[in-house]
Amino acid sequence: MPAVHGGERRWEAEAAPGMAAARPLALLVLLVLGPGGWGFADPPRDSLREELVITPLPSGDVAATFQFRTRWDSELQREGVSHYRLFPKALGQLISKYSLRELHLSFTQGFWRTRYWGPPFLQAPSDTDHYFLRYAVLPREVVCTENLTPWKKLLPCSSKAGLSVLLKADRLFHTSYHSQAVHIRPVCRNAHCTSISWELRQTLSVVFDAFITGQGKKDWSLFRMFSRTLTEPCPLASESRVYVDITSYNQDNETLEVNPLPTTTYQDVILGTRKTYAVYDLHDTAIINNSRNLNLQLKWKKPPENEAPPVPFLHAQRYVSGYGLQKGELSTLLYNTHPYRAFPVLLLDTVPWYLRLYVHTLTITSKGKENKPSYIHYQPAQDRLQPHLLEMLIQLPANSVTKVSIQFERALLKWTEYTPDPNHGFYVSPSVLSALVPSMVAAKPVDWEESPLFNSLFPVSDGSNYFVRLYTEPLLVNLPTPDFSMPYNVICLTCTVVAVCYGSFYNLLTRTFRIEEPSTGGLAKRLANLIRRARGVPPL
Amino acid sequence: MAAARRFDRAAAAPAALLLLSFGGLAAAGVEDQAEQFFRSGHTNNWAVLVCTSRFWFNYRHVANTLSVYRSVKRLGIPDSHIVLMLADDMACNPRNPKPATVFSHKNMELNVYGDDVEVDYRSYEVTVENFLRVLTGRIPPSTPRSKRLLSDDRSNILIYMTGHGGNGFLKFQDSEEITNIELADAFEQMWQKRRYNELLFIIDTCQGASMYERFYSPNIMALASSQVGEDSLSHQPDPAIGVHLMDRYTFYVLEFLEEINPDSQTNMNDLFQVCPKSLCVSTPGHRTDLFQRDPKNVLITDFFGSVRKVEITTETISLQRDSGIMESSHEEGQRDEELMEPLKYAEQLPVAQIIHQKPKLKDWHPPGGFILGLWALIIMVFFKTYGIKHMKFIF
Repeated sequence: MPAVHGGERRWEAEAAPGMAAARPLALLVLLVLGPGGWGFADPPRDSLREELVITPLPSGDVAATFQFRTRWDSELQREGVSHYRLFPKALGQLISKYSLRELHLSFTQGFWRTRYWGPPFLQAPSDTDHYFLRYAVLPREVVCTENLTPWKKLLPCSSKAGLSVLLKADRLFHTSYHSQAVHIRPVCRNAHCTSISWELRQTLSVVFDAFITGQGKKDWSLFRMFSRTLTEPCPLASESRVYVDITSYNQDNETLEVNPLPTTTYQDVILGTRKTYAVYDLHDTAIINNSRNLNLQLKWKKPPENEAPPVPFLHAQRYVSGYGLQKGELSTLLYNTHPYRAFPVLLLDTVPWYLRLYVHTLTITSKGKENKPSYIHYQPAQDRLQPHLLEMLIQLPANSVTKVSIQFERALLKWTEYTPDPNHGFYVSPSVLSALVPSMVAAKPVDWEESPLFNSLFPVSDGSNYFVRLYTEPLLVNLPTPDFSMPYNVICLTCTVVAVCYGSFYNLLTRTFRIEEPSTGGLAKRLANLIRRARGVPPL
Repeated sequence: MAAARRFDRAAAAPAALLLLSFGGLAAAGVEDQAEQFFRSGHTNNWAVLVCTSRFWFNYRHVANTLSVYRSVKRLGIPDSHIVLMLADDMACNPRNPKPATVFSHKNMELNVYGDDVEVDYRSYEVTVENFLRVLTGRIPPSTPRSKRLLSDDRSNILIYMTGHGGNGFLKFQDSEEITNIELADAFEQMWQKRRYNELLFIIDTCQGASMYERFYSPNIMALASSQVGEDSLSHQPDPAIGVHLMDRYTFYVLEFLEEINPDSQTNMNDLFQVCPKSLCVSTPGHRTDLFQRDPKNVLITDFFGSVRKVEITTETISLQRDSGIMESSHEEGQRDEELMEPLKYAEQLPVAQIIHQKPKLKDWHPPGGFILGLWALIIMVFFKTYGIKHMKFIF
């Protein structure tokens, strides 16, 4: 560690009592002095904001969304940067080496049930999803603690302080839906956008099943969900907040009770509806009381009215139909439940090459009539090289169901291309729907530095609609699978046949018969003859 | 007087003997210490832990591998020096009643999956080819660092394999096998490239001893859970999870390793005695003829831990601040302001733009290959049949 110019004397004084003891102390000193401590040119500033949003969903489950945003005012692609503080070095090197513009990588386990839970806050497909100027989905990958460990290591406070102490794997994976993502993008530092800074957002969304955490009741608490409570904010974070959705709170009716009481509330239009949030700021010392921890609890005084949950304006479903192992049909149902507004939806489908699509059978019907898309782009597949790409812009009429269907034929793969468990089936990645859904309440444009993080992931240009990206479920199709024991069977049979035929022929051609003189007999016979001669009896 | 003198002389001799022996012992003690310092000659430790079985009912093989992973990490080998290959995911398997856990003892006493596990090769990536590439270092250049075995000639490597095996082979994921000859040749490649100092090979499969029969490279010690002709048996099922949790041999090896800490002096002879026939039902075997040191001088931590020889010094080193860096970074900041071109975000869903896009024209390429050949053939046949004079009717 080089000698710090401004705090030189302080560091040396603490270094006096033995090297080993001073090392952790010296590290702390560097962190605290951080930005102002360097005597020479200021390194680019970086800041960290962390937040947790807890939302009860219409079906009774609880969704928790963590966001950690690190913003670094440095132009990675130009300078040879060598000093990394809050921004992880692994990602910084990736950006500068490959000249990345944007990177979005997400791992998801489970499926977001739009119909029951409402539109998702942070959209991600089931399985892993990378964008590198292109779009790729790996439907088969499993997400488990081994994926969470390196994700946690990218956080500045790792899992030791702040909101990240709640990230315990055994609770996070005992959920109906788990999604963790890394988003990197450049943001403008001034109005003319002549200089940029890099923003890294790490998000983690989980949905806790009410019956696992609450034993049937819809009450929840931080300890029951995460088996941990919050003790302190991350010392490196400039902001560390928890938001709880209390939109159903009504002072007169006494519907719910939040403990401890929030100091402030925040109201905004999120995903088209007006919502109210209770705000807990971990930097506020009054929040973490003398028991030194914060355990948020919510109790429902009056059970919420058992009305049907509000149906989101756009949701979709996809399935495979047909019989046998030769043909099939892929259908996508798009539901527009808005009573009077129609809106366009961009549908992107990537189908693997071994399902050979018959594009002439593509039909789109709404309310029984044919619906011609405003735009179609189709790129056919090349065997073993690239999948089919089908992109369509479809106008969904108000209050309707649109069915998009296409027939396909299954291909036979080469026998070395099958996975070790081919009878499980092969996955088809989910299709992506992007739409501007009309919102019920007009939203105002967002000021990124002031508003909470969950508000600013997708900027909207005007307040009358909001952007939604939905993913359908991935599909599992069976391909005609050969019998893998056949090579062994064929070899055995062929060898047997060849051996029998050739052997018989060889014997026929080369076997000769000759008369064999009877042998003079063995030792026993000679001994017997000796005795017989002695007795005078004729020999054998 | 005389008696006292005699007593003195009588006492002097054993006293002298004692003194001599003490002197001898002291000298031997110094030698011993010196010998201990130069004992093993390795400077870093690596571990390659492989589970080769797929499907839920092979839960015990994943638990075996993870328990060795846990011990090796606990004794000091960092994740960057461990290559962990698991052929299937048991922790987040839909059939696992407790997600994100893999247990080794029944009644869910010990979760060997832990909270900070890093798996390097998972699912379909665990193949014979990838395993041999990891060992020999012949890996494509785009492989990330965590998937490489970056050992040198001063590395002690622990290789642990578990799964289903037979006489002379080990099955990978129900679709391919590795034979003992291939494994021996891979180790010989490692020796010739100086990729290890000493190697400990442990295998827990049926007829495991057949896998180390063919080794011929120096400095290899091998242990197996059963002899040729015997099966390795599993330990105990858990009624809540519904499968057998561990194999017997690795279960007792785990219990043995739980008592080792980084400064213990337990040696390899204790590891050879770990699972007698009464507990294991099969007969564990070992092979030490290729190993140069005597097993009783080999510490367990030589392979399972990462024990370094450290010298503590009280000298201080002061570093100079480099003033050259200070001026240049100031200038660069000013120059950059004008060069950047403005960025802006695209509209989320530019519907009008999408609808009015012109279709992309594909570039026209002259026909080549098959089509060209086909047309040439047709024209040739035509003119051969009808003769060249008919060309005037065409043109």
